[in-house]
Amino acid sequence: MIDIRSLRLLAVALAVIHSGSAAAESLVLASTTSVENSGLLANILPRFTAKTGISVHVVAQGTGKAIDTARRGDADLLLVHDPEAEAKFMDEGQGSTRRQIAWNDFIIVGPAADPAHVRGTRDSVAALKAIAAAKAPFVSRGDSSGTNAAELRLWKIAGLAPGTSEKWYRDIGGSMGQALNAASAMDAYTLSDRGTWLSFRNTGSLVIAVEGDPRLINRYDVIELDPQKHASAKLRSAKVLADWLVSREGQEAIGAYRVNGERLFNPSADAPK
Amino acid sequence: MGEFSGIVGLSIGVSLAATAIAAAIGLPLGAALAIFPFRGRRLLVVLVNAFFGLPPVVVGLVLYLALSRSGPLGFLELLYTPAAMVIAQAILAAPIITALVHRASERAWARYGDELICDGATHAQAIPQILRIVVADLLTAVLAGFGRTVSEVGAVILVGGNIRGLTRTMTTAIALQTSQGELSLALALGAVLVGISISISATVFALAGGARTAGSDET
Repeated sequence: MIDIRSLRLLAVALAVIHSGSAAAESLVLASTTSVENSGLLANILPRFTAKTGISVHVVAQGTGKAIDTARRGDADLLLVHDPEAEAKFMDEGQGSTRRQIAWNDFIIVGPAADPAHVRGTRDSVAALKAIAAAKAPFVSRGDSSGTNAAELRLWKIAGLAPGTSEKWYRDIGGSMGQALNAASAMDAYTLSDRGTWLSFRNTGSLVIAVEGDPRLINRYDVIELDPQKHASAKLRSAKVLADWLVSREGQEAIGAYRVNGERLFNPSADAPK
Repeated sequence: MGEFSGIVGLSIGVSLAATAIAAAIGLPLGAALAIFPFRGRRLLVVLVNAFFGLPPVVVGLVLYLALSRSGPLGFLELLYTPAAMVIAQAILAAPIITALVHRASERAWARYGDELICDGATHAQAIPQILRIVVADLLTAVLAGFGRTVSEVGAVILVGGNIRGLTRTMTTAIALQTSQGELSLALALGAVLVGISISISATVFALAGGARTAGSDET
């Protein structure tokens, strides 16, 4: 008797869930966390859906994970920001087109007390050297995200390779938001994308320490998947979205998105940085 | 506010569906494990109890690999859907419900088993009888299963993907708000989640209290 009741309940629940998920046309966009956490996609995608009737399911992951998701065939389109990992993905023949849609920049944020005395400087590599020399706490994403890759490139240029043996170097293996939460709680420095930083609410004593270094540029690319390797992906809908992102309308939507009056992403489809 | 109610609705819907599946498996299985003697039963009971502590993130990962388009069940196209979340949570809740039902049924069987068999019931027929005897424990078991599912985040974020408007539940929304530094909002959502758990538990116990009184009138 109990079983029949629970089965009936199950049928009802599944029907409810199914009716909720039965959208006409949809695609899975594997994206970096920054474009989702900063609110950009939530702001611009409804316009795309209203125009095309295609709903976009955003799975926000670090760039490394997002690329891996696409490689497995679990995403229909990629929106990421790690030039090296993207080049590798294209070299493998996984992607068909790769187009830049926007750029912003990375910044080094740190405690207002500034124990490494880097606040207000522009040279990101010199700043990392100063942080290492001062053994000031530094939070690393440690999650193969685009920001993590950018951070490791900067350490490499600095000729340093801090690891777990250094107590001041704290690899948290988490999202940008988790890294900012951790940096805020530990009075540590960290590398952040500007979009997430501007929309982040728990900054505590953190302030921008280093900005304006050309090496800190952060490019966002949309990558369509190769039809041979990803036959079951929804490539037609994916192409509609990719084309919209680089179109005049999509670019205007990206450029118009602001948090507290500040523009988070600079559209750059016409003039890639 | 529409988005918020959608998130709450999805959380409850997914957890109820998962708990229902887990109960449909766990209730008969738990009783059967107490009633049917067979080789390897002890081992199975130990296993079921061990799965009590199944790490959600491991269940999520294994299910993710299975449901991936490049995995064995990829053709089902279930990854990043609520259905995948229901499956993950059912896997997590089933051992809990099975183990708790087994424990209660074992005691009941020791006490009433001979009587039931003397009355001419087969072992299979004894399963619903035993379940009826331990009905109060069943509620605890099912509630424990529901508690596991509604509070879980590690598995649902992996197989659901925390997609806004589709697979975002209370727990994954809390994780997201936290990572956006919206700690007070995350805490408020947490309070709502706790409130929902308490009200569901209270409702079930109120209903059970009524049922038990009605039952005792018959005896």
